[in-house]
Amino acid sequence: MTGGWLVGTVVETRTETPSGRSLVIDVPGWTGNIAGQHVDVRLTAPDGYQATRSYSLASADDSTRVQLAVDRLPDGEVSPYLVDGVEIGDQLELRGPLGGWFVWRPTETRPVQLIAGGSGVVPLVAMLRARAVAGTTAPMRLLYSVRTPGDRFFADELETLDGIDYAYTRQVPDGFARPPGRVTPEDLARLTIPASENPAVFVCGPTGFVETVARALVDLGHDPLQVKTERFGGA
Amino acid sequence: MTQPLDGNALAGTFSELFRFDMTVTEGECRHCNDVTVLARALVYPDPTGFVMRCCSCDEVLLTILVTEKRTWLDLSGIAGLRIPQP
Repeated sequence: MTGGWLVGTVVETRTETPSGRSLVIDVPGWTGNIAGQHVDVRLTAPDGYQATRSYSLASADDSTRVQLAVDRLPDGEVSPYLVDGVEIGDQLELRGPLGGWFVWRPTETRPVQLIAGGSGVVPLVAMLRARAVAGTTAPMRLLYSVRTPGDRFFADELETLDGIDYAYTRQVPDGFARPPGRVTPEDLARLTIPASENPAVFVCGPTGFVETVARALVDLGHDPLQVKTERFGGA
Repeated sequence: MTQPLDGNALAGTFSELFRFDMTVTEGECRHCNDVTVLARALVYPDPTGFVMRCCSCDEVLLTILVTEKRTWLDLSGIAGLRIPQP
């Protein structure tokens, strides 16, 4: 649980995609977080107007540095500033870590299926990182639906991991067998851990994506209570 | 209509109002008696607050309205809360 707003300083930025950037923020007083949790970021305009938005954390450790990755929403109040405006040394107000439901703890031994749409991969990257650090043998797979190969967040890091499948919706790399298109029930049947193995499933992405995928998973026999979702609105 | 978020997204707003994590608290829907963690409920944001609806029957569980002077919290769609011990 949180003790209110903390002030963090941006210490690193990285362009991830044509519309997205990751930020590392040093937050004195941060007490660490579990993979899958989020923070609220609050911006205050000179006239006192405040806007608060939630962002998932890609980091999951006990340091005071947190990493977010943000996709620019064309008419957003906060995301354009985080993607295009903020610079190293700038300060941001943060509150968190938040949310004890959409989380994965390294002590869990069940197989884990992660399913991401676009920048919904961010909290799932935290889970992949937490698993790698813990050295646990629990199987963990990711199905990552994204427009084009250039739109992948954390692409280099994901390349080094096993168990990652991609479903491109607009454009595929040369030689990629699956034609471009949205994730279908057939994709889920072919590329994800079956319900018979009783996996914990985490789905994160735009609301429409999450609802389509979650419904298809239940149709494939998954227990709705084992399919945890995080919708972030948008198209 | 706004696209819904998960109850999970209200963790920060709830943290201003409650000492415990409301998103992992189980709530009983007064309308259909379904009991589940509030993280699974559907949240419809609007510029002044939030409406949280039951993931089983879609009736309103709670509303939060934020004004300059007060936060209005209406919990009348929830028959009871089951709060995990810390």
